[in-house]
Amino acid sequence: MTAITADPVGATTVSTKPFKVIRHSAALAKRSLLKTMRTPEALLDVTLQPVIFLLLFTYVFGGAIAGSQKTYLQYLLPGILAQTIAMSATAIGVNMNTDISKGVFDRFRSLPIARSAPLVGAVLADFVRYALVAVITLTVGYAMGFRIHTNPLEAGAALLIAVAFALAMSWVSVFLGMVARTPGAVQGIMILVVLPLSFGSNTFVQTGTLPGWLQGFVKVNPITHLAGVSRGLFLGGPVADHMLWTFVWIIGLTAVFMPLALRAYGRKV
Amino acid sequence: MTSYAIEAEGLQKSFGETKALKGVDLYAAPGTVHAVLGPNGAGKTTSVRILATLTKADAGWARIGGYDVAKQAEKVRATIGLTGQYASVDEDLTGTENLELIGRLLDLSKRDARARAAELLEWFDLTEAAKRSAKTYSGGMRRRLDLAASLVGRPAVIFLDEPTTGLDPAKREDMWGVVRRLVAEGSTVMLTTQYLEEADALADEVTVIDRGQVIAHDTPLGLKRVVGGQRLTVQPLDPARLAEAAALLQQVSGNKAESPRTGVVSVPVKDDAALTEAVARLSAAGIGVTELSLHLPSLDEVFFSLVGRRAGDDRPAAQTPGDRTPGDKTPADQTPGERADTESSTPVAV
Repeated sequence: MTAITADPVGATTVSTKPFKVIRHSAALAKRSLLKTMRTPEALLDVTLQPVIFLLLFTYVFGGAIAGSQKTYLQYLLPGILAQTIAMSATAIGVNMNTDISKGVFDRFRSLPIARSAPLVGAVLADFVRYALVAVITLTVGYAMGFRIHTNPLEAGAALLIAVAFALAMSWVSVFLGMVARTPGAVQGIMILVVLPLSFGSNTFVQTGTLPGWLQGFVKVNPITHLAGVSRGLFLGGPVADHMLWTFVWIIGLTAVFMPLALRAYGRKV
Repeated sequence: MTSYAIEAEGLQKSFGETKALKGVDLYAAPGTVHAVLGPNGAGKTTSVRILATLTKADAGWARIGGYDVAKQAEKVRATIGLTGQYASVDEDLTGTENLELIGRLLDLSKRDARARAAELLEWFDLTEAAKRSAKTYSGGMRRRLDLAASLVGRPAVIFLDEPTTGLDPAKREDMWGVVRRLVAEGSTVMLTTQYLEEADALADEVTVIDRGQVIAHDTPLGLKRVVGGQRLTVQPLDPARLAEAAALLQQVSGNKAESPRTGVVSVPVKDDAALTEAVARLSAAGIGVTELSLHLPSLDEVFFSLVGRRAGDDRPAAQTPGDRTPGDKTPADQTPGERADTESSTPVAV
């Protein structure tokens, strides 16, 4: 146990076995989930928030915007669902920044684990958030009268595309988590990004009702396209154009922010 | 060939314009305690972070248990345990969960991780708090949990970055006990400290660093020989009897008394027998005292002897003796138990 001997042969045999990475990532994902269970208030953005949006917009604005609450709920829910999943990626950057500032990250780094394990673990744990959004929003939506007009397969595809977008957003969040000074700063910057994207989209109202200059923004906004895909896959109708632009955004965000995030992460690790 | 558990040569590190390390050499033989002594900002933490693979050196090399920290980082990480200056435990997890997580990350089986966690919690007197989340722990308990976390893998080499800063004297003694036990079990310990007393109590060898440079490397005994031994300090109840007390201390010790601050006299003494004698003589002379203490030379005094200036003071002290005041302490270092160690000692005619 305490033998301290130089091992000149073992020099290059650094073990990077994939199953070891998975095991360590799973252990760290379990940690994130334990933390989440201890602090349920950290889940408000994926639990209470979509429900409040659904109730508020359907019953307060539904009649004014779409003529009837029922019609509006059908329009609103796929958009809320997709954007809530996409935006729940904010948490990963906040959490990683917290780990760094608390010194927990240093503890992990001083262990003989893969450098990627803390990052992969955090991403894995986020899938629980995505699942929560889907279950809660759909359950409440169904109780309010929302109905899927296509089939479970297409509805599932809508959720997967939203998760893919969330993963792309995770890179933005991780990058901010690595370079921002405090967890509060990460949260603040992400809200500045997320709010205009959420409301400056066709999630709540149809693009045609907006002033021309705003339509320009809404039409390039990735959330518009994500909500469009989601609506198409839940309710039927053409999705190809929105799908194309959603994937362009996913690839674009990943291409820009993944290298930035990994470089910033590598500097910390 | 001597094999060292820890060896580092010519470590350099800059953060922007600031040169944190300007060529630091460190060596520790297996099964020994090596203390890195220095004031705040000397480069202690940077040195430890480089040795623990958390920071890359700009120049120089270091090996832990024969493994190069830059080229064989994963081997080094499998060899070491690190306890940082700030307790890095996950506050949302319980004591048990914190330790089990580390165990799982070290590839222990679920059962082994649980057993090791229970064993360490027992050792560090945390069994009763094991199921509580760490955010409910006191500062001392967090420290102990942090230390326990670094020991899960039974590391051969353990780095303790200022393990007792901010702990009260009793807790400090406990921590010393832990370090002694680790070494008794065969580990090599490198600890950083601002307290000469701590280095003296624990270390086989001491490296004194200041502003990123090694200014001395010796055994604690050797260092004290440079600095001088213990000092006896007396504060008479009646300030008017200061001269009388000073004369008495001079007789007891055979050394010239100094007044480190107003109303206080102190002399270097050879051993603690002087304390008994001083007490007897003071009481025979009817001199009441508000303070009577025997203490080791402070880090401040070590620095004064080694580099001719106070720790954290840019001026060479020899040229500006009048500027040294009792306020010349490094801030943020002060714990209640350390007060006696940080008195400066301006010589005055008594």
